[in-house]
Amino acid sequence: MTFETPHISVQNLNLYYGANHALKNINIDIPNKKVTSFIGPSGCGKTTLLKTFNRLHDSSLEVRVEGKVLLDGENIYDKNAEVTSIRKKMGLLSQRPFPLPMSIYDNIAYGPRIHGERDRHKLDEIVERHLKDVALWPEVKDRLKSPASRLSIGQQQRLCLARGLAVNPEIILGDEPTSALDPKSTQKIEELFIELKEKYTIVLVTHILRQARRVSDYVAYIYNGEIIEFAPTEELLLNPKQKLTQEYVKGFVS
Amino acid sequence: MNIRLIKDKLAGSTMLILTLASVLLAILVGWGLYYKSLPLLEENSVWDLLSSSVWKPSKGEFGFFAFIMGTLWVTGIAIVIALPLCLLCAIFISEYAHPRLRKIVVPVVDLLSGIPPVVFGVWGVLFVVPLIEDYIAPVFVDYPMGYSVLAGGIVLGVMIFPLIISLLLEVFSAVPKEMRDASLSMGATQWQTVKFVLLRKSKPGIIVSVVLAVSRAFGETIAVLMVCGSVIMVPGSVFDPGYPLPALIANNYGEMLSAPEYESALLFAAFLLFVIIFLFNAISRIVLGRIKRKIE
Repeated sequence: MTFETPHISVQNLNLYYGANHALKNINIDIPNKKVTSFIGPSGCGKTTLLKTFNRLHDSSLEVRVEGKVLLDGENIYDKNAEVTSIRKKMGLLSQRPFPLPMSIYDNIAYGPRIHGERDRHKLDEIVERHLKDVALWPEVKDRLKSPASRLSIGQQQRLCLARGLAVNPEIILGDEPTSALDPKSTQKIEELFIELKEKYTIVLVTHILRQARRVSDYVAYIYNGEIIEFAPTEELLLNPKQKLTQEYVKGFVS
Repeated sequence: MNIRLIKDKLAGSTMLILTLASVLLAILVGWGLYYKSLPLLEENSVWDLLSSSVWKPSKGEFGFFAFIMGTLWVTGIAIVIALPLCLLCAIFISEYAHPRLRKIVVPVVDLLSGIPPVVFGVWGVLFVVPLIEDYIAPVFVDYPMGYSVLAGGIVLGVMIFPLIISLLLEVFSAVPKEMRDASLSMGATQWQTVKFVLLRKSKPGIIVSVVLAVSRAFGETIAVLMVCGSVIMVPGSVFDPGYPLPALIANNYGEMLSAPEYESALLFAAFLLFVIIFLFNAISRIVLGRIKRKIE
């Protein structure tokens, strides 16, 4: 499946983890301002693929990447590509929330600060706006100075989302962002994703098929380091064409 | 009763007894040293002993101030030298080094801790002392001497290197990778991530490492004794010689005059060391608690 102006375009991507060929000749276009989900069994490479988008594998020196990932047409694996500005374009939400060891306020202000924002008023405004974006503002507005680790885990995950949004990314990468959350917090995050796709391109790794159906426009099924099938959500989940996909989504009740 | 449950009870109580025994041992050592220094304490006030720097055993005058200051100078210099270097070294090994390099460097660092103190002492005498005497001290003072608290501090600093580095590596490895990733994924550089996330999160651990290193440094005897001059005086600068408490005990115990007060004085020195380390640990625990609450 191709799109006219994909936000991210992966071309002939291969990733080796030591001797292990973890991603095999991946080609996929991620559409602009849509939610695209990667589904597949544990260890199939969906998280690995997600992390190639913001070059988070750079710090794992055993990892070797071949091929191209084009972000707005530019290859982020180009020798001259500057990794911090690439990462700034993407907010990452990990499996469990990892608030930075500082206050709620400082967590949100962290991104703007490392990129040079010093103006107190602007920071105040940024913190408030993004906490409102994730519907956390009413819950924390009176304790912005207290440690972020004191929030509940669901609140922490929303804080991490707000923290990612504070650097004005274009893309949100979610790596099973609800896997540690209770149903209520999960629902909140899902609602946020649906709201946020108006402004952001969202790529979501999930193992919950119903979640993929609820929030995503497109779904890719990944198995054993390969993209088996990539299609609009309903089509892939209800009428998969490939045999492997059929086996995986078998029993998925709509 | 079920044999399984009896075993469980037995295991629990055995371990309790062993734990109590080790606590008791610490208390007994403290009490024993105190008891042995009683003859000295009966004749002199504690304040006089601590504040006087006159040491004339033949006349029955025992002032410990010079020895206490010697200990503090040498330990202080050692930490000031070792901590920044160890921090940078540990940050490099844990955050920047290629895994292959890490696999080579870490065992070598550990190997350093296996070198006997006396070898460090010899290294101090052959290398550090002449270095200070011929090159460093002449820049600052008129009558340079190599045997000094600086020499003691340098030797001691190098000796606690491996301990601090391996403690720091342990501390850094406890910081989850995802927390670093969170910072990196917002476009932070590696150095920003180290500065704002790694070091911040590790602060309590870094303090514990320093405390353990200092406690170890306080008592280090032979290597320091060989290079710091053993002159009974209160060091006024890093280039002055000093005479730390452990050196006092090691140099004199066994060859004391038959004066019972002398033995009592040396054991009081040991008691002082014990108390200094105890207080130091206690204070740093309080500080640690505060910091932990602040950053979590």
